[in-house]
Amino acid sequence: MTTTEASPVHDVDFKLELYRSQVALRRFETRAYDLFLENYVKGTSHLSIGQEAIAAGVAAAMRPDDWTFATYRGHAHTLARGVAMTPVFAELMGRANGLMAGKGGSMHLTSVEHGVMGSYAIIGAHLPIACGAAWSAQYRGTDQVAVVFFGDGTVNIGAFHEALNFAAIWKLPVVFICENNLYMEYTRTSEVTAVARPAADRAAAYGLEPILVDGNDADAVYEVARTAIERARAGEGPSLIEAETYRHGGHSRADPGKYRPDEEVALWKSAERDPVSRYRARLLELGVEEAALDRIEAEVDAEVDAATEAAKSGAAPGEDLLMKDVWANGGAEWRN
Amino acid sequence: MAELTYREAIARGIAQEMRRDESVLFLGEDVGAAGGVFKGTVGLFEEFGPVRVRDTPISEQAILGAAMGAAMTGLRPIAEIMFADFFAVCWDIVANEIAKSRYMTNGQMSFPLVIRSGNGGGLRFGAQHSQSVENWAMMIPGLKVVVPSSPRDVIGLMAAAVRDDDPVVFLESKALYPTKGEVPEGEIVDALGTATVLRQGSDATIATLGLMVPRALAAAEELAAGGIDCTVIDVRSLIPLDTQTILRETSATGRLFTVEENPRVLGWGAEVASIVAEEAFFDLDGPVVRITTPHIPLPAADTLEDMALPSVERIVTTIHKAMNS
Ligand SMILES: Cc1ncc(C[n+]2csc(CCOP(=O)(O)OP(=O)(O)O)c2C)c(N)n1
Ligand SMILES: [Mg+2]
Repeated sequence: MTTTEASPVHDVDFKLELYRSQVALRRFETRAYDLFLENYVKGTSHLSIGQEAIAAGVAAAMRPDDWTFATYRGHAHTLARGVAMTPVFAELMGRANGLMAGKGGSMHLTSVEHGVMGSYAIIGAHLPIACGAAWSAQYRGTDQVAVVFFGDGTVNIGAFHEALNFAAIWKLPVVFICENNLYMEYTRTSEVTAVARPAADRAAAYGLEPILVDGNDADAVYEVARTAIERARAGEGPSLIEAETYRHGGHSRADPGKYRPDEEVALWKSAERDPVSRYRARLLELGVEEAALDRIEAEVDAEVDAATEAAKSGAAPGEDLLMKDVWANGGAEWRN
Repeated sequence: MAELTYREAIARGIAQEMRRDESVLFLGEDVGAAGGVFKGTVGLFEEFGPVRVRDTPISEQAILGAAMGAAMTGLRPIAEIMFADFFAVCWDIVANEIAKSRYMTNGQMSFPLVIRSGNGGGLRFGAQHSQSVENWAMMIPGLKVVVPSSPRDVIGLMAAAVRDDDPVVFLESKALYPTKGEVPEGEIVDALGTATVLRQGSDATIATLGLMVPRALAAAEELAAGGIDCTVIDVRSLIPLDTQTILRETSATGRLFTVEENPRVLGWGAEVASIVAEEAFFDLDGPVVRITTPHIPLPAADTLEDMALPSVERIVTTIHKAMNS
């Protein structure tokens, strides 16, 4: 593996941005949860609280024209690519000022102009789709890279295996990132999986190196992502990364997550494991003034508050949207 | 004019578009060096090479996922699903991903892709390699569906499908592969959403599609000899559906018969019949009658399969009986 430049991960300003990004994801998701309880967010939502280091660390390693393919647990991945909070909150609330004007909802966040090529809610489906985007980059010689996120439960569906083999044989510029938060919805993945490391133990089957990373350490995530993305960009083919992490809350909506042992939850929420607390402590250790971190947090809080209000003030989507954009001509006509 | 088989027309149609547009790629199982299991894509690999004509593993989800990802990033892929029955193993990519993503993203993405597949029965392949699935595709909002019945239409509708900015399911009637037809020289480009009137009559209208077209035409000849003069419409495109032609020709004769290869329940003719019932009821001189495969999985034995699919004889007797009761 070739690393062409010295990593910026040792640079304090870079780290401060990575901290800001993680704080933004944490506070956005915390507000999204409140808005769900207040019934502003209807339907469903799947939060990434506890998993922010992966979204932030990987996005920092991507080029603006690279592509993200996310799951229904995709708020963090969307925001990490630079999408503003207001349209994401508004989409969660089903407003016309939403990212997709309310037509997609929480599980389908998409912003093509930011390289967020969709959030997919059928387990595994987006892995082959990401391969297609990577194939297109390869054919057109654009050296763009597709990065696709999925959960530990996803390694047991067929599309995962089809996509890994496909990417390997065609040497596609795609990076597969398994966010191993140990659980599917309400079942521990290890109870229904033949191998201990859901993604890493499968890598050999596709001629890939097993890559395991502490998914709660944004610097470590950034480094493995950077290497894998560079490799893909250089035409050396796909990588499969398993990032171990944990969701602090339940699977979706207001799920209290009672199927998990209390001690386990407490351990992962502790300052030693929680990615945001850990990163804060690291910065302090490096000699960053606490006031600088407080300032970042205050700025993010103000941004979250302003975005919440801006989203709430959005109108309900009008009837004009209902029959729009089934087809590329903008309409929905299926007969003359 | 040259005489071409339906099978040869497929390669010619794809080649016409690949020559014109570098963004058109073709992928599927055994489609390259082998020229396709039905030999429908012979010569493409030699002309366009392994980068643009790609053999894939037996991974239907990966094939269609690749097509979708390529289409959303600016290419115009043509993907082959060998037998239309195999749509069942990749239906998520078709029905949930390709079909819905433009609408869900508020029009941020387009999916200019074609999925071509060998559809329907007549080859004694048994239930898992014979079903006519045009109605599966038709009922999914966001998919266009065409079913050509002649070599000329294969080329023209393939061009229309490739050039269309929406996903098109292109269903080839397997039993038509060896059939021949006249094809003009030069580029042929047709339009989606257009039915063609193949025979004009005054007593009854038959709307049909794919493999059933030659059978309906043969039946119309027999019926004419017995004094029943039929119009025959080749519907060609289920989505968009040319209801104007169907309504006009139904109103002109006062009777409509559909001849459908798909199993009976919710076959495409059910939608056509309901449109006619709502919009041309007072022009009808009798009930709309659907002639379909029964609601069964297709049997393998030639004798049984022949009983299941609408035959010339069944079309003739059904129409004869309905017109004389
Ligand atoms: C094909 C399919 N089966 C089942 C579901 C229901 N479902 C939604 S999320 C989920 C758990 C996924 O677990 P994992 O891959 O670990 O992702 P996580 O939610 O933990 O991020 C399931 C079973 C689905 N959306 N799609
Ligand atoms: Mg999980």
